[in-house]
Amino acid sequence: MSQTPEQQAESAKEIRDAMRVVPQVAHGEPAVWLAGGALAMAVLIITGMVGLIVYQGGRAFWPDPIAKVRASDGSEHLGEIQQVGSVPADEANGGAKRVLLRSENFRWSGSHASWIVTDPNFEPTYPEWAVLVELMEEGRIIGQPTYFRVDGKVLESDPASVWAAYNEHRGQISERTREIERLTKGTLAKLTNRQADARLNARKAELEYGTDSAEHKQALADMDALLASLAKEQSDIDRKIADLEEINHRYEIGFLFQDGTEVFRPMADINRMVPANRLTLVGRLGVYLDRWREFLTEDPRHANSQGGIWPALFGTVVMTMIMSIMVVPFGVLAALYLKEYAKPGFFVSLVRIAVNNLAGVPSIVFGVFGLSFFCYIVGAQIDEWFFTASLPNPTFGKGGILWASLTLALLTLPVVIVATEEALSAVPQSMREGSYGCGATRWQTIQRVVLPRALPGIMTGMILAIARGAGEVAPLMLVGAVKMTQDLPIDLSQAPYLFPQRSFMHLGFHIYDLGFQSQDSEAARPMVFATTLLLIGIVVGLNLGAIWLRARLRRRFRAAR
Amino acid sequence: MSDTMQPPIETNAPMIEPEEVAPSPGRTKAGNLFEAIAQGAQFQTSLHEEMEELPCVVNVEDFNLWYGKSQALFNVSLSLPIGKVTALIGPSGCGKSTLLRSVNRMNDLVDGVQTKGSMTLAGESIYAAGADVIELRKRIGMVFQKPNPFPMSIFENVVYSLRIAGIRKRSILQEACEQSLQRAGLWEEVKDRLRSSALQMSGGQQQRLCIARAIAAQPEVLLLDEPCSALDPIATGRIEDLIEELQGEYSILMVTHNMQQASRVSAYTAFMYLGRLVEYGPTESIFMNPHLSETEDYVTGRFG
Repeated sequence: MSQTPEQQAESAKEIRDAMRVVPQVAHGEPAVWLAGGALAMAVLIITGMVGLIVYQGGRAFWPDPIAKVRASDGSEHLGEIQQVGSVPADEANGGAKRVLLRSENFRWSGSHASWIVTDPNFEPTYPEWAVLVELMEEGRIIGQPTYFRVDGKVLESDPASVWAAYNEHRGQISERTREIERLTKGTLAKLTNRQADARLNARKAELEYGTDSAEHKQALADMDALLASLAKEQSDIDRKIADLEEINHRYEIGFLFQDGTEVFRPMADINRMVPANRLTLVGRLGVYLDRWREFLTEDPRHANSQGGIWPALFGTVVMTMIMSIMVVPFGVLAALYLKEYAKPGFFVSLVRIAVNNLAGVPSIVFGVFGLSFFCYIVGAQIDEWFFTASLPNPTFGKGGILWASLTLALLTLPVVIVATEEALSAVPQSMREGSYGCGATRWQTIQRVVLPRALPGIMTGMILAIARGAGEVAPLMLVGAVKMTQDLPIDLSQAPYLFPQRSFMHLGFHIYDLGFQSQDSEAARPMVFATTLLLIGIVVGLNLGAIWLRARLRRRFRAAR
Repeated sequence: MSDTMQPPIETNAPMIEPEEVAPSPGRTKAGNLFEAIAQGAQFQTSLHEEMEELPCVVNVEDFNLWYGKSQALFNVSLSLPIGKVTALIGPSGCGKSTLLRSVNRMNDLVDGVQTKGSMTLAGESIYAAGADVIELRKRIGMVFQKPNPFPMSIFENVVYSLRIAGIRKRSILQEACEQSLQRAGLWEEVKDRLRSSALQMSGGQQQRLCIARAIAAQPEVLLLDEPCSALDPIATGRIEDLIEELQGEYSILMVTHNMQQASRVSAYTAFMYLGRLVEYGPTESIFMNPHLSETEDYVTGRFG
């Protein structure tokens, strides 16, 4: 197809003309706005979410002042003001106000908070001696401390002197409480373990030598002797505990509620008494920090809605670490084979697609798999081989932190494989050639050149896996996370110190349990926010640790150019 | 990938004697031979007679190589003189690098490579069935186009070959490191920071480091694959000086695109075209008095 010079000039001119006209869209302005808007939206959502949780979780333990509010009907109520609003029906005639008052005393009043309808221009007062009391087992109460009683005799009867007496005796009483706890959790628990061991030995003898064999009878006799001596030890300890408790129960504080109820509680039952309206800013800060300390380091109380979350914190961190230790080497080796050894082809592509799809499988499916495979097949087999004596009670054949970690390792495996493969692809071929040129074998090349160079990328995969694994809840419910346990998977006071078969508490599951499964989720709400904040903190913390590590590695391999 | 494999392409084109097309001095038409080669004619390499008596370390005989179905090297025969620098020149895609990488069997890393013909290193066959590739590569040092230091310290880079050979003795490693760096003219610049990352050096330093790494294992042959193509003129000058210094101690085979470089540093030059070795002789006569007009056209820049 040939054109005359005129035709060529014609079409050249046409092209030149077309190039002069630039449509507005081609400048890309709308695209910039679209992309920028999307980013702004994303940033807004993230900061909003994090901000809300930080705010709510951060203020959960701040001691609010205790207000006295007079209702329209003349009754008076004491509590922390949570919200003030107007009553919609009365808006037309001046508008009555309503106040959401957190009045506590759930055990006596049946509610944690209630709406109080007040006059439009209500003024709350703040009685000096209104106190918030955190009880060990019965939630929180708000009232005035009016009596101090020892052995049933009232010694003090005005709030100031009751407060003074409380502070005077508090030290000794918590000393005794701690002693009781030490006896219960340490000595008594050890006794129980020894009793269980004795029974287990007898059972082992029975299994090994047959029922009523000489060995079995001997073991039974040993067991009985041991149990008898242990029983004596136990009764000694029980008596000691009872004595301590008796002394502690002699000291009581009486509280007067706003509705006139008088309630006496032993001082040992009082975890903390906060005279919220008398506190200075420093005092408030002290209470705030002490509550955080309790939250982070102590066991939960009162159906998890009070006390701390230490076992959950510990369980989450341990589980995440076991998971990382399992998934990283496994995933890296798998990716190494896919990338470095396997010849690219149909089968390798198939495997790669399968791995990528594995990442999209709903996590609960992994939970079901973990339960049916790890717990019921692997665990049951382990029980049969090594823990015959304690059957039919399962040891490994049930949910536990090891199985939970393995399940999550499976769940995060695709993340690690994909990230590692990408990191391996980013290693320049020239580096591999250089190594082969020096006479290195394939494994030497991988080990000394490829892996070190790919390490930062592999770390990225690990970070992603941690972030995914630490926040996962659904599969854990099936393979070992429980509402409440005080037995930690690592216990240095008890041989063999590591208990991979133990069920554990997990922050994510704890949030779910507090928020949705608790008897009074209203009371647990501050705990939900604080726990969420902590979970976010842990995930961010683990990530920052890994990122820091990665940055250090990167610095080592950074090129000058 | 063995030398017994049958070539997938057989050519029946007539044999052309180069002399016919290019009778010495008063040469006329350039390009006849190139056209003949492009059409698949077989021909005899024009080998200068000085080459015939030289003691050599690598001997290539009738070497053919295929990447899958396409042939990259055709009946190449070339011997690499001991202790001298031999330059491989020719237009892009003529098989210089392929030939170079065949010497230490780096082409094994490419899928679908087949070879035919023989190649020996100090009399031992490189492509024999039982030949150990790892051992072979340890006896041959190689420097690549782009500097490729490993992600480790300068020290570890230099002693890499020794490490993978299992040498652990500190004193030997340190001695080897210092000597190689000194040989590569890098010692003064880096002796205070042997522990810092090799990736933080400049490009020219990196390339000299790669040369130090290649000579640390005391190789019998050094292969340089366009060692200066990624460097600026000053770094190039330093590398060229270095290659001249290494002459005599090592037998060097070097690929280059730069005619001046070939004429400056090499003792012998081989001109390749489309997978054939066209002319091979002392550098001086290749540049000043080539047998073939095609070679003259190429080295003077009239072609290619």
